[in-house]
Amino acid sequence: MMTQMVLRRIAIGFATLIVVSIIVFLATSILPGDVAQIILGQSATPETLAALRAELGMDQPGYVRYFSWLGNMAVGDLGISKAGGATIASLIGGRMGNTMVMAGLVALISIPISIALGLWAAMHPGTWLDRVVTFGTMCTISVPEFFIATILVLILAVELHWLPSTAYLTGNESFTELLRALAMPLLTLVIVVSAQMIRMTRAGILNVMSSPYIEMAILKGVPRRRIILRHAFFNAIGPIVNVIALNLAYLVSGVVIVETIFAYPGLAKLMIDGVQTRDLPLVQACAMIFCGTYVLLILLADVASILSNPRLRQPK
Amino acid sequence: MTEENKTKEEEVIAKLDTFDELPDAPPKRRIKLSWVGKISVAVVAFWLVICIIGPSIAPYHEMDMEGDDSFLDAYDNFYLGTDYLGRDTLSRIIYGARNTIGISLASTLLAYLMGITLGILAAVKGGWIDMGISRVNDAILALPTIMLGLIVIAALGSSIAILVGTAAVIYATSVFRIARALGQDIMVQDFVEAAKARGEGVWWIIRAEVLPNAAMPLATDFGLRLVFVVLFISSLSFLGLGVQPPASDWGSMVRENLQGLTYGSYAAIWPAFAIATFTIAINLIVDDISAKSGGSLAKKMV
Repeated sequence: MMTQMVLRRIAIGFATLIVVSIIVFLATSILPGDVAQIILGQSATPETLAALRAELGMDQPGYVRYFSWLGNMAVGDLGISKAGGATIASLIGGRMGNTMVMAGLVALISIPISIALGLWAAMHPGTWLDRVVTFGTMCTISVPEFFIATILVLILAVELHWLPSTAYLTGNESFTELLRALAMPLLTLVIVVSAQMIRMTRAGILNVMSSPYIEMAILKGVPRRRIILRHAFFNAIGPIVNVIALNLAYLVSGVVIVETIFAYPGLAKLMIDGVQTRDLPLVQACAMIFCGTYVLLILLADVASILSNPRLRQPK
Repeated sequence: MTEENKTKEEEVIAKLDTFDELPDAPPKRRIKLSWVGKISVAVVAFWLVICIIGPSIAPYHEMDMEGDDSFLDAYDNFYLGTDYLGRDTLSRIIYGARNTIGISLASTLLAYLMGITLGILAAVKGGWIDMGISRVNDAILALPTIMLGLIVIAALGSSIAILVGTAAVIYATSVFRIARALGQDIMVQDFVEAAKARGEGVWWIIRAEVLPNAAMPLATDFGLRLVFVVLFISSLSFLGLGVQPPASDWGSMVRENLQGLTYGSYAAIWPAFAIATFTIAINLIVDDISAKSGGSLAKKMV
């Protein structure tokens, strides 16, 4: 029963990835931007153009190009960037590492903070501390990421001179320099992601708190603290893992904004530059990486909530 | 005397007409807002008024480089200082309200039109129509919104029509899900069964039974959706891919004036602050309404 459901969900996730690849390919193929023309420049003769087109496979019908694109992508051949003609894999390589370091650190910092604050707010609902947390997180999720980033720059970099206002890396920083450069983007993302997670953790726990067995525990006279830590928390783990995976997926859009504002040399910055120069092969590759990660994390969230549901453990 | 009696009689009849006195009278749908809610309504109303009359009250034109220098603090009648080209920040915020809120509102309305039409259609018709629309919908929902925006703009370039269309399609998917779920809930109610038994047509049922019952949750959701669209549009503008200069838009204003932040200029802060007041106010109103009416379905499904 359970394995079946998980397998089914994984199959759906895989199908989604295929559909996503079709959407990305179609959307970026609407305009037949001629790569051959761009590589060879205006002075190219029709013969050399045609030869290069054939070499790049541009003369083939759409579905053939789609499958060869998909096949190449599956084995790691991401194609050639329109601008400069470098391979996309070489462009993406280092950038992806930077973005993953950032996302990993954000997850490492924000998950424990969010669960602790969410639990704590759920333990004391209605108190002014709970209200401050609820109101604060509501405001945070209502404003754009760049609002939080600009406020942080204003306070920490301009007024207090504690941190640099950009996170541009040259590649040979010392560890402390790296830490200082990363501090501001990290802080922005931690605030954005935690706000959502705190809200959802709190709501998840309060939801479990309204179930009959908790009522029973209350009637028995078990203290609220103990109810939450011993009874509610373990039953809310499923939803909370779900929340964590979902929010790491939301990181995708946060990363796009934060890398731009702090000039952080990550994958998202590369993609934005690609969109601005309309370098479609590059945009395709980056979009596939981001969307793939997103689909994978959502899949993880769903599998977590299936696994954590004890009712699915016993076949009926 | 008779005159007075008559008015009293009329009053009684009027009262009976509203069914207030009947024991099973439906609860009144009057929404009482808390003081926070009232302030929020005032803030949203303020920005909507600015949208409409903005250009006639702005001290300068949005594109006039009237200031003495760029990134100046407030002086004379440049109440919020000047931006990176020496334009009046306040005037640009006032003009920008039109772009930011106008585009978002248009996109959300269009998203609602598409989402509700398809959602109710899927719920009422069921079968393969439902299957087909739902699968396509799920595929779009499976992508991060900002990525979809970036892909479309990379392919088509950026213009206001493309922005509105893209945002509308992206956010129509969530509206579709809610409208479909609400529609399905309502379609199995007894009063719909009764209407079907009476021989009412599909359109009559949609108009008279489904839409009125789905209206309230959808209205709450509209607020939330508008917030998401404002954030989406201003994020794209912030990335330089939304509303194009020299037109003023709150998102692009933050981008343009980011440089000034290091000299201590607030030109980038004010437009960001304007967005924040608008979106937080809408969220507070929605919170207030769903807390009072218990209609938190929309909130749960976000």
